[in-house]
Amino acid sequence: MRRLWRYQETYVALVIVILSCAITLLNPNFLTLENLFDLLKSYTFLGILSIGVLFVLISGGIDISFTAVATVAVYTTMYVTLQHGGNMATVLLMSAAIGSSLGLINAMVIYFFNIPSIITTIATLNIYYGLLTVFSGGTWLYNMPEWFRRFAETNVISLVNPNGVPYGLSVIPLIWFAVILAAWVILRYTMLGRGIYALGGNLASAQRTGFNILALNLFVYSFMGLLAGIAGVVEVMLAQRVATNSMVGKELDVIAAVVLGGASLTGGVGTLWGTLLGVALVGIIGNGLTLMRISSYWYNVFIGLVIIVSVGVSAYRRKLQRRRKISIEVE
Amino acid sequence: MARKNSETIILGVILLAVFGLMWALNGSQFVQFENLQSMAFQLPELGILSLAMMITMLTSGINLSIIASANLSAITAALILTNFVTPDANGIGPTAIAACAVAAGLLVSAIIGLLNGFLIAVVEVSPILATLGTMILVKGASIVLTRGYTLSGLPEPILFIGNGSVVGIPMPMIIFILCAAFMAVVLNHTPLGNYIYMIGSNPIACFFAGVNNTVVLFCTYLISGVYSGIAAMIMMSRFNSAKADYGESYLLMTVLASVLGGVSAAGGFGRVSGLVLALVILQLVSSGLNLLNVNPFLTIAIWGMILILVMVVNYLSARYQEAHPR
Repeated sequence: MRRLWRYQETYVALVIVILSCAITLLNPNFLTLENLFDLLKSYTFLGILSIGVLFVLISGGIDISFTAVATVAVYTTMYVTLQHGGNMATVLLMSAAIGSSLGLINAMVIYFFNIPSIITTIATLNIYYGLLTVFSGGTWLYNMPEWFRRFAETNVISLVNPNGVPYGLSVIPLIWFAVILAAWVILRYTMLGRGIYALGGNLASAQRTGFNILALNLFVYSFMGLLAGIAGVVEVMLAQRVATNSMVGKELDVIAAVVLGGASLTGGVGTLWGTLLGVALVGIIGNGLTLMRISSYWYNVFIGLVIIVSVGVSAYRRKLQRRRKISIEVE
Repeated sequence: MARKNSETIILGVILLAVFGLMWALNGSQFVQFENLQSMAFQLPELGILSLAMMITMLTSGINLSIIASANLSAITAALILTNFVTPDANGIGPTAIAACAVAAGLLVSAIIGLLNGFLIAVVEVSPILATLGTMILVKGASIVLTRGYTLSGLPEPILFIGNGSVVGIPMPMIIFILCAAFMAVVLNHTPLGNYIYMIGSNPIACFFAGVNNTVVLFCTYLISGVYSGIAAMIMMSRFNSAKADYGESYLLMTVLASVLGGVSAAGGFGRVSGLVLALVILQLVSSGLNLLNVNPFLTIAIWGMILILVMVVNYLSARYQEAHPR
């Protein structure tokens, strides 16, 4: 039990429970299946991206460019699909393929020229986004195909609430669940996952243990790109239009959610479980404000406070721990 | 030392090449007084914000909250200006109120800087997280204060800061030169500047050298905050308005400009002169392409390419120097 208190995840879970109780007391609609399904659907985009960011953070890097990657991937895909037709599988595959190739470019620049990942991805964010806006002329794509719209509106579970209004679990969160499952298997049961932790934990040791650093880097950034491609499709499913400027600018919000979940920016630390909690916390704050009838203007204030308090508390605990260690060494 | 100089030389060569290229493409229009003056009006905003970013990067930190804090100080000043300067209340004098508004705006950004300093130096949160948190919080405060609206219609005296000129030199440029000079003096000729570089290179060694790291970090983020406040006053005056989400694209641009100017992302290296050169390059590219009616989004793509190009050239030249030691 005492071990649990060492993890930031525990505190986030605790905050979620307390917050949920408070919101439910003020508005019982919070703890309904309908609201839960709704939340899952609207936070799939953030959820998928956060998993990609988690991988990059664990490997000791950072990716800022994923919103631009998502935009380029989904814009190109839907542009081609509108011209030549396709189906759900081709859309997802194509978007994921474009996304992962853009991720590969990031990885190669970072690895071969030894440029810090934050600088590379700031540059590629501007390059990808700038070129897309030039070639597309900034025009949005409307009139998504009929099959695309129908797929986005599909419910896997259909239920009817007490007022007789039908609701259900959309197919969209299932994509998120699939990504979570894949990420969980990779991080927990494969050599690849161990390698990513090793890479972020200590580069030199990872190299000497025999991990292929180039391959790990290529995987991490292209996986981020792949998830960005899928997340882009999800955003278009929800909005039923492709906008050039709806995603770029949100990258720091995603990173904030992952960091809330305990991932460290110095690498080697971070769990899938924590990232899910971080996304849940962000989602519950947004949803809770609406249900408590607090103006949405306050949203950023709350998120900011939660981030400052949570990273502050965990940093302060780490500082105290360090101090204890130092005093032992001196004795 | 050789490495520092080689970076300055690379930047200087790029600067001349870009200038020559733009001159060739645009003809004499490019070097006309009007174009040079309009460049001098545009550069300072990004320039002062980049200085605010640079000083934190020297300590191996980063300040993601500069744009949010600039917007909050502009909003504070604009609220004071729009509420107290009325046509019939000439008793106190609009200039005095404008001065108070500027002071209040700078105070707000200084407080945000101190909050960042507290989180980073005392609580020991990593700078990127601390300033990410304050960025979101401060932006939230701006949204709550303005309800998402634009505050516009500012009185006359304040507009001089962003639009006036003294003997042909635009006021924003004068402010930028003062800011850059002050920063250069602090970094190169004061103990504080020395400590800033030392913390960026090795904070533990710096601590054992008897430097009070906490105070140095506090000062760093305080200066960074105040500079973002100064940039805010110029932006507010140039746009004649203030809003919670102005200039958000500047955030990553400031990192880009700093790195282009030779500021190391790992901290400890970087000079004001390099940053100024980088800013001039970026401004020449954007003004030159703008005269050619090139899509502004192509300009930001080109900025990104220049950044990667410079990093690659630096990397290759460092490897060359390693392979051929003199």
